[in-house]
Amino acid sequence: MAGNGSSTGGPAVNGRAYPIEDHSYDVLVVGAGGAGLRAVVGCSEAGLRTACISKVFPTRSHTVAAQGGIAAALGNMGEDDWRWHMYDTVKGADWLGDQDAIEYMCRNAPAAVYELEHWGLPFSRREDDGRIYQRPFGGMTTHFGKGTAQRTCAAADRTGHAMLHTMYGQALRHNAEFYIEYFAIDLIMDENGRCRGVIAINMENGSIHRFRGNMTILATGGYGRAYFSCTSAHICTGDGNAMVLRAGLPLQDMEFVQFHPTGIYGAGCLISEGTRGEGAYLVNSEGERFMERYAPSAKDLASRDVVSRAMTIEIREGRGVGKKKDHIFLHLDHLDPAILHERLPGISESARIFANVDVTKEPIPVIPTVHYNMGGIATNYHGEVLTKKNGDADTIVPGLMALGEAACVSVHGANRLGSNSLIDLVVFGRAAAHRCAELIKAGEMQPDLPKDSADLALSRLDKFRNAKGDTPTAQIRAKMQNVMQSNCAVFRTGAVLEEGVKLIHAVHDTMPDVKVTDRSLIWNTDLIETLELDNLMSQAVVTMDSAFNRTESRGAHAREDYPTRDDENWMKHTLSWIEANGKVTLDYRPVHTYTMTNDISYIPPKERVY
Amino acid sequence: MVAFTLPRNSKVTEGKTWPKPTGATNVTQYRIYRWDPEDDANPRVDTYTVDRDHCGPMVLDALLWIKNNIDPTLTFRRSCREGICGSCSMNIDGSNTLACTKAMDSIGDTIKIYPLPHMPVVKDLVPDLTNFYAQHAATKPWLQTVSPTPEKEWRQSHTDRAKLDGLYECILCACCSTSCPSYWWNSDKFMGPAALLQAQRWLVDSRDERTGERLDELEDPFRLYRCHTIMNCAKVCPKDLNPAKAIAEIKSAMVERRG
Repeated sequence: MAGNGSSTGGPAVNGRAYPIEDHSYDVLVVGAGGAGLRAVVGCSEAGLRTACISKVFPTRSHTVAAQGGIAAALGNMGEDDWRWHMYDTVKGADWLGDQDAIEYMCRNAPAAVYELEHWGLPFSRREDDGRIYQRPFGGMTTHFGKGTAQRTCAAADRTGHAMLHTMYGQALRHNAEFYIEYFAIDLIMDENGRCRGVIAINMENGSIHRFRGNMTILATGGYGRAYFSCTSAHICTGDGNAMVLRAGLPLQDMEFVQFHPTGIYGAGCLISEGTRGEGAYLVNSEGERFMERYAPSAKDLASRDVVSRAMTIEIREGRGVGKKKDHIFLHLDHLDPAILHERLPGISESARIFANVDVTKEPIPVIPTVHYNMGGIATNYHGEVLTKKNGDADTIVPGLMALGEAACVSVHGANRLGSNSLIDLVVFGRAAAHRCAELIKAGEMQPDLPKDSADLALSRLDKFRNAKGDTPTAQIRAKMQNVMQSNCAVFRTGAVLEEGVKLIHAVHDTMPDVKVTDRSLIWNTDLIETLELDNLMSQAVVTMDSAFNRTESRGAHAREDYPTRDDENWMKHTLSWIEANGKVTLDYRPVHTYTMTNDISYIPPKERVY
Repeated sequence: MVAFTLPRNSKVTEGKTWPKPTGATNVTQYRIYRWDPEDDANPRVDTYTVDRDHCGPMVLDALLWIKNNIDPTLTFRRSCREGICGSCSMNIDGSNTLACTKAMDSIGDTIKIYPLPHMPVVKDLVPDLTNFYAQHAATKPWLQTVSPTPEKEWRQSHTDRAKLDGLYECILCACCSTSCPSYWWNSDKFMGPAALLQAQRWLVDSRDERTGERLDELEDPFRLYRCHTIMNCAKVCPKDLNPAKAIAEIKSAMVERRG
């Protein structure tokens, strides 16, 4: 964790100078989850001097909480083809995904899974031949929607944990340089619009670090904590997304927020879709397996947006379970306890701890819970960040990449399929590393940084560190989370969203009144949480504004006043910019209606039925 | 009598009693270790009263409630809040565990919280885990093979894969190592239960082809053999793993290979 630069006096802010330590690398990776670590390993293998900056120790990253598995058409459990995986992903995305990127992901998925296996990931195995076990998952089919696929490779129901620990091991093997418990504050952009690095604070002692890199890769995850109830970890505050917004760049498709059908009622903890893959099913207060009505063919294994809407309708129509009739039951009690023990031990434990339920005997109380952000930083399938400039919606922002949940490649479009996020991480983490190897020469001289390189970050840090307002961080955060939860949920209407726009802007406008109590520099989590809140706030605002603006229903964005998909007017990505005063600008990018190669042709939109 | 001079910050003093939340009837009292490296004061124990009617059931919920409603300076690590990331390990009611999976009702009316024992404290409940992480890294936690890598996956029988159960699930929370008296004495040389559990995870992986070298690395009076089967590790593990058993199995593998 040693630095490699000299200490120089930083610019004085509010009359006080923060000492700055300088570092220079070929590649900087911000974030140490699945995508970040894969990029770190790939760049290290390519001989590029790579630093990984993370606000938590790598194995604490939210990838660790992924349960059900990682999708790849290995065909271990029966016939499979990456083209079928691609079709499912396109359909799951409700045709908002870029099909060149989806092709790239699905055809490279098997190699990425084999690579993880070679690194030691303890995949569950088939009984007879010792190959990787694969389970059914929502929306995963064979023969372009005709059969049920078993495509999701799993390590019991702890796949993310097994994967993250395995990847951290590989990073150690490559002697990757980690800056752990460093919180990235802002990007360094030069006058030509090139990203030149990042400014971070070392939480252990409060020192400021200026990282210069030929490429900066943001792998900072989603922003689930903008909502009151989410499966996301406390650290999921979308710091990279917010840094991009502050750099004057847009985010894409922020209105698409995935609700996972089965968060534990009350606690919000995730119960894997793998449960339904292994045969679990949902019932309402009448004991009815209602998914049969909503998705006659896929039933409980329809894609997540479909299941979450069905559950919400059941509850709304008075068929919810429990005292308040406000949730749904997930049954696993008919499954063989031996199977539960082997394949679903983690959720059996979670259900016991957080719902006081013995899954072999009782159902788990569940409710749709915010889980994943399809939107994020617009990129191509090399991971390069895109913006719209002079009418060109595919303008590359030099020096900047984004990966994983932070990115919007867009492979998940309007709705992500379960087990497609883990494969997204490794496929595009690897792609980004390959791109870096093409673009960057190891040890290449880098021009001097702009004189004001630390100003944005330090003024922001100083502002919050000395914030003397009247409203504690936690209060503003709770307000923001409640507005998002009530006005930007599973079902949306124009009136509710319009109110939501007013409310969220009003909460945004209270940020200058924030009160930070802790004035220390060492492990000041009051300050860090305030920086995170500031990051969440800009994302919450563009999410609400984008949702109000999109007058159609597509994937996770379900407008009751516009109940159908409108390909004529809305087959396009939303781009959103925000100014410091909260003013949002929206524009669009065309969806890529072409594939990467001639091995498969563009899959044209059709009705989405499960 | 011999007079010992203890390091200055090892003496814990009585701290502040924070005001009770107004109108709260259903309450739990928390006594929490506080230490700020930036002032010159000794560590102290602060007293907080948590309003249970407006707080979730777990100890982590209470810590968050205190941070959000009473004292924003209270400092601790947390992330997933569902027992899989291993961030919020601390000493609760005298035993190391995760705050997020420890139900308040399983304790009593007063809950005492300290950082993980015998680790340097960075601030409040945040220990310095640098040495712990270095020991994990020293086990070379990656698959090592010499045979040519297959185009697809290495085959592993169902039975061989089952041997990894109880080992691969470790979340590196350090509850075990920091509850081990042998580790308290010799954490510079004894690898501790967490790292040894990790070592065993790779030793028994049927795909790994460096078993001999891995055992060589552990053949040392301290690294492995400072385990005296005290079993605190198995007792506290919040994931119900058994590092002591893993260590015993490494020891028996050592004996076996001597023939």
